[in-house]
Amino acid sequence: MTFLTQVLNGLQLGSIYALVALGYTMVYGIILLLNFAHGDIIMVGAYISWVAMASLGLHPAIAVVLSIGGCALLGVLIDKVAYAPLRNAPRLSILITAIGVSYFLENGAQLVFGADAKVVPAFVDAPNIVVGDAHVSVIAVITIVVTAVSTAVLTFLVQRTKLGRAMRAVSEDMGAARLMGINVNTTISFTFAVGSALAGIGAILYSMAYAQATPTMGIMLGTKAFVAAVLGGIGSIPGAVIGGLLVGFAEVLVSAIGLSVWKDAVVFALLIIVLIVRPTGILGRTMNEKV
Amino acid sequence: MALLSVRDLHVSYGAIKAVRGISFDIERGEIVTLIGANGAGKSTTLNTIAGLIKPDSGSIELSGESIVGVRPHKIVEKGLALCPEGRRVFTRMSVAENLDMGGYTRTDAENAETIKVVYERFPRLRERVGQFAGTMSGGEQQMLAMGRALMSKPDLLMLDEPSMGLAPILVQEIFDIIKELNRQGTTILLVEQNASMALSIADRGYVLEVGRTVKSGSGKELLHDDDVRKAYLGG
Repeated sequence: MTFLTQVLNGLQLGSIYALVALGYTMVYGIILLLNFAHGDIIMVGAYISWVAMASLGLHPAIAVVLSIGGCALLGVLIDKVAYAPLRNAPRLSILITAIGVSYFLENGAQLVFGADAKVVPAFVDAPNIVVGDAHVSVIAVITIVVTAVSTAVLTFLVQRTKLGRAMRAVSEDMGAARLMGINVNTTISFTFAVGSALAGIGAILYSMAYAQATPTMGIMLGTKAFVAAVLGGIGSIPGAVIGGLLVGFAEVLVSAIGLSVWKDAVVFALLIIVLIVRPTGILGRTMNEKV
Repeated sequence: MALLSVRDLHVSYGAIKAVRGISFDIERGEIVTLIGANGAGKSTTLNTIAGLIKPDSGSIELSGESIVGVRPHKIVEKGLALCPEGRRVFTRMSVAENLDMGGYTRTDAENAETIKVVYERFPRLRERVGQFAGTMSGGEQQMLAMGRALMSKPDLLMLDEPSMGLAPILVQEIFDIIKELNRQGTTILLVEQNASMALSIADRGYVLEVGRTVKSGSGKELLHDDDVRKAYLGG
């Protein structure tokens, strides 16, 4: 294992965390909800890929489209059914609902697909490339590029488009956004769609790397991405990417020095340290509770 | 037909009745003011007209068409804009982006035209086009909030406490701007605690007390009315 290989591993894992963290951070940014069901959306995305390719024998490209589209749809549906009715309820109610949705998806998947892991077929036939004495995984490169492009598209969407401006307006002041003529419900749905589509992309990249789907795969992945989002400063898009990469690198580094059983502990220790030193995260804004 | 007609409006927050039977009319081209103490129901009335709060009963008609139960973003499209209490500009957006949000219901081509008019009215906004709204002074934020509301090209502009927290010289400036906007054809519904200023520029006024309209008249009449003077104008 050379240095280059380790860096690529860190970037690959970090990229997946970053994509998932982006979804967390977007939903939090707009309705101040920690969407604990977000990790489970990835699980559903992985199962959609499995069904599409292993059961229905569809082309991987179609599986990709179905997974991303399915996740986006699921995200919107979860918001409409579970969260939207609680828009004016105390924040704790909607948080607990999110945990409920998470259990619902996990147990639903177990009911439908069983508890054993399903092997997701390969999306691309990608042997490693040898560069000098390092083995470069093509899947790692794909993961990194896809994440970079997704982040760039998302940043453009949020900063430069009308819908993106509406999202930022709703995120800052929902009432004032309504007075501008913004349809707040549509904007929130759109945010869920985008965040969940990113989870769908994450599901495919994760399946490429680990090739299996289990009902509980979203729990640890979601939790790590949540750590990444908080680490980077929840609500911040660049923060989610930085947080994701940091968590990814931390895990790879700890594994590389032979302490892989400690990798989860290190990630959570990192979170604790950041919360003590800088509670709003690396790029987080100081929170001003509105009166 | 009145541009806006409110009849027997009742609004409550849970068990608390904030508005208990308010009625008033606004004709096209007028400045109408609602004055009254804190808790008289002034802001609640504006927020209800804008669709942010659902009334318990009563009617609100814009050019004869009922807008009760219409969602706020649709009401903006119908030509009614509310410049809310406390300004509520988007602090993390630039001046240009704030104005852009104001024109959300309009096309880019329309906005390009309207923004020229807004900059003409508020030259200071043009100077600060790239500045984050959160870093501006209260007076500038009020101008931005008004400019933002104007971007939707409203037939009726509702202003909730535009002078709140501003230095006297700025208050005068804001009121001059309101008069000028009106002269150029915008109908204005003004809610103010600064009753003397509001009545001095208003065509007509309504006095609100604990959620009811208790008195109405021309701005001048109310300005010289003994009860009004005692209650709201400091003798």
